[in-house]
Amino acid sequence: MIGELGHFALALGCILALVQSVLPLVGAHRADARLMALAAPLAVAQLIAIGAAFAALLWAFAVNDTTISNVVLNSHSAKPLIYKFSGAWGNHEGSMVLWVFILALCGGAVAGFGRDLPSALQARVIGILGLIAAGFLGFIIFTSNPFERVWPPPMDGQGLNPLLQDPGLALHPPMLYLGYVGYAVTFAFAVAALLEGRVDAAWGRWVRPWSLAAWSFLTLGIALGSWWAYYELGWGGYWFWDPVENASLLPWLIGAALLHCAIVVEKRESLKIWTVLLAILAFGMSLLGTFLVRSGVLNSVHAFANDPARGVFILGLLMAYVAGALALFAWRAPRLGGTGIFAPISREGALVLNNLLLCSTTAVVLVGTLWPMFADILFGAKISVGAPFFNAATAPLAIPLVAAMAVGPLLAWKRADLAGALQRLWWVGLLAVAAAFLTLLIAGHHVWPALGFAAAAWLIAGAAADILDRIAAFRRPSQAWNRARGLPRAAWGGAIAHAGMGVTFAGLAGMGLATDALVELKPGQSTRLAGYEWRLESIRDVQGPNWSSRRATITVLADGQVVTVLTPEKRFFPVGRMNTTEAAIHTNALRDLYAVLGDERHGGGVVRLHHNPLSPWIWVGAGIMALGGGLSLSDRRIRVSAPSRKAAPAPA
Amino acid sequence: MTRKKRRLYVLLLCGLGLGSATALTLTAFQDNLVFFRSPSDIMREAPPANRAFRLGGLVEAGSLERGTGADGRPTANFRVTDGAHVIRVSYAGVLPDLFREGQGVVTLGMMQPDGVFRAREVLARHDETYMPPEVADALKRAGHWNPAQGAAPPPAEWNTAPRRGG
Repeated sequence: MIGELGHFALALGCILALVQSVLPLVGAHRADARLMALAAPLAVAQLIAIGAAFAALLWAFAVNDTTISNVVLNSHSAKPLIYKFSGAWGNHEGSMVLWVFILALCGGAVAGFGRDLPSALQARVIGILGLIAAGFLGFIIFTSNPFERVWPPPMDGQGLNPLLQDPGLALHPPMLYLGYVGYAVTFAFAVAALLEGRVDAAWGRWVRPWSLAAWSFLTLGIALGSWWAYYELGWGGYWFWDPVENASLLPWLIGAALLHCAIVVEKRESLKIWTVLLAILAFGMSLLGTFLVRSGVLNSVHAFANDPARGVFILGLLMAYVAGALALFAWRAPRLGGTGIFAPISREGALVLNNLLLCSTTAVVLVGTLWPMFADILFGAKISVGAPFFNAATAPLAIPLVAAMAVGPLLAWKRADLAGALQRLWWVGLLAVAAAFLTLLIAGHHVWPALGFAAAAWLIAGAAADILDRIAAFRRPSQAWNRARGLPRAAWGGAIAHAGMGVTFAGLAGMGLATDALVELKPGQSTRLAGYEWRLESIRDVQGPNWSSRRATITVLADGQVVTVLTPEKRFFPVGRMNTTEAAIHTNALRDLYAVLGDERHGGGVVRLHHNPLSPWIWVGAGIMALGGGLSLSDRRIRVSAPSRKAAPAPA
Repeated sequence: MTRKKRRLYVLLLCGLGLGSATALTLTAFQDNLVFFRSPSDIMREAPPANRAFRLGGLVEAGSLERGTGADGRPTANFRVTDGAHVIRVSYAGVLPDLFREGQGVVTLGMMQPDGVFRAREVLARHDETYMPPEVADALKRAGHWNPAQGAAPPPAEWNTAPRRGG
């Protein structure tokens, strides 16, 4: 019964979304206030319907309703409740329901908080969101019904893939989808602006928080996925340039360009056309990611469903939305011309450079991700593009981007003094060079890690220099504290996000110095790695709630003192007949000791040991970036509904 | 700055961005594209030396020998077959959980002068019934299996071809 209700709620939501996409758009076109006023209630009604469907799905998983095939395939009664819930979105059908639920939430937010938007703009935005929701609800209803029944019901479910039974991965999809779907809202704003034929500072004030929120969630989602890969897959790596990972990186890169560009629209009413185009592309990249993950066109370690019919449907949606928006863009964009004029050396100029580099990086990653597919279709060549390609092709673009990241915030709007900005950064540059030399001195001839530490020092100190400059800490130290408190949160947020990028770079550089060893040890034997003594004590059987495992006990000693005891395992899950490798990790925030148990033979075991300097910083940095985004979001200027304290223009 | 001049700047910048992206992609492609070859492909045409490629096929049943290398690292030697030809593979490292004799495997590495493929990476998938698409394709091309007729036959029956150095 609950299942049927959920299915019915989905169908109802689809009809509501269709109505929501037609009436407000027609109303906005005819300037009919009654039709436009329907937009917000329809968006809320759709949110209620989709919310009911999502709740029905969660219920089915929570009570382990084995008459629903999705539950049978992805759940099991002997599983902690949190993984029953995460199992609801750990599969193709359920994750699509989560997707449209988040989209409906965004629609509800535009309806609820957007009362002071011009009513035509609000109606158009909600209409476009309805159009997107209708397409994806149709996709769910016609190709991937999450409430399909099985008869007779089996005794119990087949269980969730044990690799996915993990807190990091329980949160990873919702975060990622909040990011992807957030770009649906900026897309809707872009299309609405094209329909209106007008982009102004008010539009920029709305697009900026949405792009910022989407980007922050996407950052968290990618970081969680990468962290999960690091500790759960047991390969000792954190990023594999796998097509599915790249699919999430593409909207992140374009989204970073978009949120910087939206600043220019808001503050200077310039780069309007470009911002609209970026908003369309960001959502296009999100859809492309959805398509790549769900169609099975790309050969990936963690592709989702391999159903061509679904792939064709999503490709159709992708074409319809993006091609439609781009056609509208080609037709209407010329009337959006910007008014702000600026010199090449200015804050705007720096943001253009940022956009140029981020978009070039996106293009490179896109080509590398899609080329194997095209080579197969066009020439029948089976090729793959791996990490060496992406490292070689993106590093030359990352270097100028990082170099400009510290300088840009110090430039003034409209016309700036580059020499003056560089002069204020002299000590930052000195720190960066010192970091590089120190790395070369300590770690030997490792060029990339040295560059990475230089980038980290440059970014973190550069962000500090930016803040110190804004509060005039050296010129008027007595008032610095007051100025710091008066500084807009957006300024703090930007500086913190840039520093977070620096922290991530430090982590990446640290991982560049990681060492590992692969040894066969018998109990009692030990080996040395990175100044530690690693002693294998024993390997024995352990029984868990829904798995059995072989667990090795490895004592790590430094100078005769026990640092930690690591217990890597090889687990066997009888329900899914699957083996997993459980890496054991000990961290002290400056380095990870990481051990993996391999095969056993001759009474001993093969263990792989890693010493990963600074590796936690990679994800901590991403968290700081997202924090910066969140802080920026809480800025009074951005909370449109909050009355502004002063009428004075925002300080630059 | 006049409107015309600005347009020129914008065009120049776009050209610069596109140009640098293209140049970077092409140079990186030149060195880093990794081709897939089946044992039959290697027999037909010797792969270029000092260039990594991916070798895929089925792990021949009973061919896996584990040992310990001179540096204490565990090693594995096995044979990869596509039904028509066999290539010997040596690998130093821990084989992935889902590595099984008789199942599909994709390895990344280089051909040695003695005809042994030295693998740097052995890839196995999350799912034990999964057949890497390249391997399925290689098996089809070798003419030993039509996927329309169901699952692949047991690998013990595959080794009908004369073995090289086996």
